[in-house]
Amino acid sequence: MNFLRELIFDYTLRNIALGSMILGVVSGVLGCFAVLRKEGLVGDALSHAALPGVCLAYMLTGEKTPIVLMLGAALSGWTGLWLILRLLESTRMDRGSALALILTSYFGLGVVLLTVIQKRNDANQAGLDKFLFGQAASLVTDQVVTMAILGAGCLAVVALLFKEFKLISFDPEFAITLGLPANRLSGGLTALLLVAIVVGLNTVGVILMSAMLVAPAAAARQWTDSLPKMVAISASFGAGAGLIGAGLSVTQASVPTGPAIILVLALVVFVSLLFGTRNGWWWQRGRTKVVVAP
Amino acid sequence: MSSDPAQFPALFVRDLTVAYEHKPVLWDLDLDIPDRALMAIVGPNGAGKSTLIKTVLGLVPAASGTVRVFGEVYALNRKMVGYVPQRSSVDWDFPTDALDVVMMGLYGQLGWFSRPKATHRARAIECLEEVGMADFAKRQISQLSGGQQQRVFLARALAQDARLYLLDEPFAGVDAVTERAIIDTLRNLQSAGKTVVCVHHDLGTVPEYFDHVALLNVRLVASGPVAPTFTTENLRRTYGGNMAFVTA
Repeated sequence: MNFLRELIFDYTLRNIALGSMILGVVSGVLGCFAVLRKEGLVGDALSHAALPGVCLAYMLTGEKTPIVLMLGAALSGWTGLWLILRLLESTRMDRGSALALILTSYFGLGVVLLTVIQKRNDANQAGLDKFLFGQAASLVTDQVVTMAILGAGCLAVVALLFKEFKLISFDPEFAITLGLPANRLSGGLTALLLVAIVVGLNTVGVILMSAMLVAPAAAARQWTDSLPKMVAISASFGAGAGLIGAGLSVTQASVPTGPAIILVLALVVFVSLLFGTRNGWWWQRGRTKVVVAP
Repeated sequence: MSSDPAQFPALFVRDLTVAYEHKPVLWDLDLDIPDRALMAIVGPNGAGKSTLIKTVLGLVPAASGTVRVFGEVYALNRKMVGYVPQRSSVDWDFPTDALDVVMMGLYGQLGWFSRPKATHRARAIECLEEVGMADFAKRQISQLSGGQQQRVFLARALAQDARLYLLDEPFAGVDAVTERAIIDTLRNLQSAGKTVVCVHHDLGTVPEYFDHVALLNVRLVASGPVAPTFTTENLRRTYGGNMAFVTA
């Protein structure tokens, strides 16, 4: 009860709770499409590629305004994705290797830039390293408001284009024959994914952000065979895990928020794999697996 | 001035060349598919059968050549063309049911932002009925057999309400019930004045199922009504020395 009261009336706790729930909902929704399009690793590459952007935005402007850092993160993530696509187009490199190469290069650059910034003895820089593992405790109202606006924008686009996004996730070639601009829709989904990542950067951090996208969706799939329900369940799992994880990280002092949320999510995935009503082990046990004829 | 599509061939292809990484898959292809034909496209593996369909649909770029659908470029007559892709081209673990997949065939008519209404649902159920799948409307698609999945894809194409249907290996790996249901549906389409083109692999059923045939092996070997076209000589020219193996 005491925790609940503080949650509502305490400034810091309210920011933390709201911020982590917004993040959970947005990444839970967009994660569904990423998982169904088998693009979980793209989320990982995008989030790692965002780090140098955060550093450069700070170095160039000297500001830590959330929107400035988020813009830097988004631009840098986008160039990372662009490079991956160019690599796939013009070399014989496979998708996994291209993703791994860009992900690690950008992350390496980001860590070097972070070190450079810290060496500058600049009092204002404190806190940038929180982008590695996230620190919900440092969320301020400014950031939460920015997260809420960006998140609401993402959700509105998904709601408007739900059937188009569903079709290009299931059967992109058929979508093209219907005259849908499948490439642009697909690029739009990736852009929304990038926004979700940017929204989560200072709460969860670049390293673990992709779990925020993949885990709620993977868990939700165990409970339903319908896409709208999967999206709703995934959003709830994301919000719940965000809230509990952030709460744990704040009350247990020095645990960074990202790892705390991800551990809660891992538990949710584990329980879903065991007891999920659609594909869970509990309901499958004793049932012979139906092998669908080719 | 809009012209009556009936005075044009359903599909008109001239000098079509398609290449993957500089290797020609289709070479200088000329093909006319008359309106209201029920045509099989046959040829060995790698002959470019699926590529031909995908090129017509704009899914694969042509290196050169002309394609006309009822006398117009495909982009303008897109709504006259229904498509049944190979069943293996999608992940059937996708969280949706048979009815929802069939409704996807209506998205072209629905347009942006609008959601399917009761009339669209009713139309989708009609299409499932036509292929004998109405009882499976709410079945999760991974719970369907391969033949049932194929019929769901066919029902989705029916929902498109097209004049020309392009099907990529609709009979591949399906059970006898499905094969019957599909050929009955295709014949109904033809009776209703539609043109149907199937990439087909079973040479034995060509004379029974189809009235036109195109024999393809990178180049077009022959095309036309089955009786004068589907000859041993033409088959040998299409398949080379492997005839015995192919017809076995």
